[in-house]
Amino acid sequence: MAKRIDVSGLHVYYGDFLAVEDVSMTIEPRSVTAFIGSSGCGKSTFLRTLNRMHEVNPNARVEGKVMLDDLDIYGPDVDPVAVRREIGMVFQRANPFPTMSIYDNVIAGAKLNNQRLSKREADEIVERSLRGANLWEEVKDRLHKPGAGLSGGQQQRLCIARATAVEPEVLLMDEPCSALDPISTLAIEDLIANLKENYTIVIVTHNMQQAARVSDRTAFFNLAGTGKPGRLIEMGDTNRIFTKPEKKETENYITGRFG
Amino acid sequence: MTTTDSSTPARVPTGRRRIGDVIFANTASGAGALILLILAGVAAFLIIQSMDSLRANTVNFFTTTDWNASTREDPAFGVAALAFGTVLAATIALLLATPVAIGIALFIVYYAPRRVAALLGYIVDLLAAIPSVVYGLWGVVFLVGQLRPFYDALENYLGWIPLFAGPVSATGRTMLSAGLVLAVMILPIITAMSRDVFHQVPQANREAALALGATRWEMIRMAVLPFGRPGVIGGAMLGLGRALGETMAVAMILSPSLVISPFLLQSGNQTIAAHIALQYPEATGYGVSALIAAGLVLFAITLAVNMGARFIVARRKEFS
Amino acid sequence: MTTTTTTPSTGSSGDGPRLSSSSLLTGSLPRSFAPLLLAGTAVVVGGALFALGLFHLVSFAVLTAGVYLIAITVASRAVEGGRKAKDRLVTGVVYCCFGLAMAPLISLLWTVLVNGLKRFDGYFLTVSMNGVIPSMDAGGVYHAIVGTLVITGVAALISIPIGLLAAIYLVEYGKGRLKQAITFFVDVMTGIPSIVAGLFVVALWIMIFGPGNTSGLAGAISLSVLMIPVVVRSSEEMLRLVPNELREASYALGVPKWLTIVKVVLPTAIAGITTGIMLALARVIGETAPLILTAGIASTRINANPFEGQMMSLPVFIYQQVRAMGSSGDAGIYAEERAWAAALTLILIVMLLFFAARLISRLFAPKLGR
Repeated sequence: MAKRIDVSGLHVYYGDFLAVEDVSMTIEPRSVTAFIGSSGCGKSTFLRTLNRMHEVNPNARVEGKVMLDDLDIYGPDVDPVAVRREIGMVFQRANPFPTMSIYDNVIAGAKLNNQRLSKREADEIVERSLRGANLWEEVKDRLHKPGAGLSGGQQQRLCIARATAVEPEVLLMDEPCSALDPISTLAIEDLIANLKENYTIVIVTHNMQQAARVSDRTAFFNLAGTGKPGRLIEMGDTNRIFTKPEKKETENYITGRFG
Repeated sequence: MTTTDSSTPARVPTGRRRIGDVIFANTASGAGALILLILAGVAAFLIIQSMDSLRANTVNFFTTTDWNASTREDPAFGVAALAFGTVLAATIALLLATPVAIGIALFIVYYAPRRVAALLGYIVDLLAAIPSVVYGLWGVVFLVGQLRPFYDALENYLGWIPLFAGPVSATGRTMLSAGLVLAVMILPIITAMSRDVFHQVPQANREAALALGATRWEMIRMAVLPFGRPGVIGGAMLGLGRALGETMAVAMILSPSLVISPFLLQSGNQTIAAHIALQYPEATGYGVSALIAAGLVLFAITLAVNMGARFIVARRKEFS
Repeated sequence: MTTTTTTPSTGSSGDGPRLSSSSLLTGSLPRSFAPLLLAGTAVVVGGALFALGLFHLVSFAVLTAGVYLIAITVASRAVEGGRKAKDRLVTGVVYCCFGLAMAPLISLLWTVLVNGLKRFDGYFLTVSMNGVIPSMDAGGVYHAIVGTLVITGVAALISIPIGLLAAIYLVEYGKGRLKQAITFFVDVMTGIPSIVAGLFVVALWIMIFGPGNTSGLAGAISLSVLMIPVVVRSSEEMLRLVPNELREASYALGVPKWLTIVKVVLPTAIAGITTGIMLALARVIGETAPLILTAGIASTRINANPFEGQMMSLPVFIYQQVRAMGSSGDAGIYAEERAWAAALTLILIVMLLFFAARLISRLFAPKLGR
């Protein structure tokens, strides 16, 4: 598992408004790539274009190329549904299906791809995914209780389990810890460190310490100015970005002298 | 004089203010209480006025199908056939309207382009505002004639099912026609309710489904329908309540007879509401009182259905 | 780094064809396929029906839809796989539902318009049926329009104050048992069948005036029973939208509660309340059943006095003419024409109310809402 993503010359538009301008980058497999930058700089928007989730908004459209290994996910014959199965996503707010049990939540995606899943296979997938999300021990006695009854951090790990149950190649995380307390955040960060053995992980975060802790590579986004589109300023190994940024803007942001 | 004037103005207005407040508050709560009084009055007057005929009735009111009430002595009448017809017509309407209504609601919320969706919302509301007597007119003059070949085909191919057994009524003024028009009438009610709950499905849940690689239909089945189910059921029951009480469309379309007949393509059956509207102008003797008794039964049935609907909808609110 | 030869160590869990990137390239039908297929189906089905001499708009539409749904599902299953096929099938079904809902609406409006225009003119709107015998090609709805306006007007006079005040009570004053009871019973009242509302007034009138007494007032009261809960519901909703900050700002200026309600809360919500009231009017103006019971069905002359005598109204007029349609000869035809023209009049009035309501809410609500 785990694939490389190559983005070249990507523009994102909302209607006539250019939201993100000309992003090119390579996201390495089996590593964690962090997107940092101030609010509204387009990093979340850009993240959503990596699995075509931006198409939920009928006004949004994209120009440019996103290659998953050797395949353009915006190619003419590519189905967004298939793209999203290969490139999973975890959202800012934990969003388990409120009407489903923990078990059904985890198995929901896997069931789509294999509708004749036997009970044993399903059990296996649920256990493996929940173990993978460090949640198994906490919920194994109440698998058939509603997922909404869990704590915020547990719900977010449930969502990660749900995303990994589909066995995607890439896992996109859109500020997965921003609604969580520090202890739950730590649990998720540990989990990310484990997950990168098997997945390509991209994480958007507001928290620079978090980016420094979990990521191998970091990309810094910034607005060219008010009302202007967001741009990728620079990208590199996390260590280097945080110690020896090449661009003045990056340095200002990292040292807190923003603007 | 002047000194008292200057020392009291702070108090006089407060006194007046309180009076204003008291009057206003009492008027408002009086209006509220009046509503309770009206409803109590509806129940009480109906019961009192129906007693006359029910006491004089020589047969069992609930098991008799005949209606001989317009006499001065020994009336014999019952609501069995009417109650059956009422429930039958409303059930047909519900079965036909609910799936279509869910489809339209899904179309408005998830399939139609945004502009079209807004327009459609309008049209659905407009559909609800068309008077029932106009539906009746359209049904009896236009629709019933159009349905004839369709009924013939039904009888030809599905005649072995008792529901569709022939001979097909020559006029087309059958239970199925009445149910069909009722279905068109309750469509907007169920659609509006379903549309509202579908709009309330959190975007987070829909995106979660899509991010798992669900197609649009799978997203709807996974995130939308389970979430919206209580609302849809509530809407369907409100529609059922409306169909049970609907008078004019049935009174104008159905060619009635007081029998309990399961044959949808033949004329026959009658609903309580339509029976009252048709019989009232000619009612004499115990007639009016007997019709009021029938109205009481209708009131009870719709009350039960509506309370059930409210209960279901309220339970959904607790969930979210 | 670029060669991912290390996969075997972890690839054991689910190695199948879908691990190859070619799985993203599941075949897909071109974007224009569905509309083209639909057009093609329509042509083929239409042609076949014509050839067989069986062409009929309804059977054409039904057959086209059916054939299209089957064809798109089969084609999609072959090219795109079962899941996509199901998605396409449901999409088709949902569009069909939409068509199914539009068909009766268009048919109804069209028939009313075409048939109604035959007799819808100045004469029809300005004369009554007084002295018109069935075989006469004469008569109009003036008396019914007058009756409708008087009855609905009186109903509005009764319902609006009660409904609005009750809504104010629920939002501004209500607490405890009484509020719960009113909320609950307003819901119950919304579900009262209109014929039962008519029977209620019949029962009431029998107790006061004895049997057989009909008047416009009786009709108006029965309509009020139907209208009050609608007014309460919509006004309550609108009053709740008024932000609490506005009330508090007013209290902070020392304005008493009742004046706050009258001068601050009501003006803020007035557009929404008006809209709700007009929609409620649009609903009761077409009510027929209660008026048959309470205002009579036989009146042919102009009567603007709600306290005395039978009063005709547009919906009852339609019903009356429909009942006369069975008459032999021209009488039946005239009756049908009058029924359609009256239906057109009624629909126009309802639509006028409906669009006026929407217009008010659109013109005034955004500025005041928040």
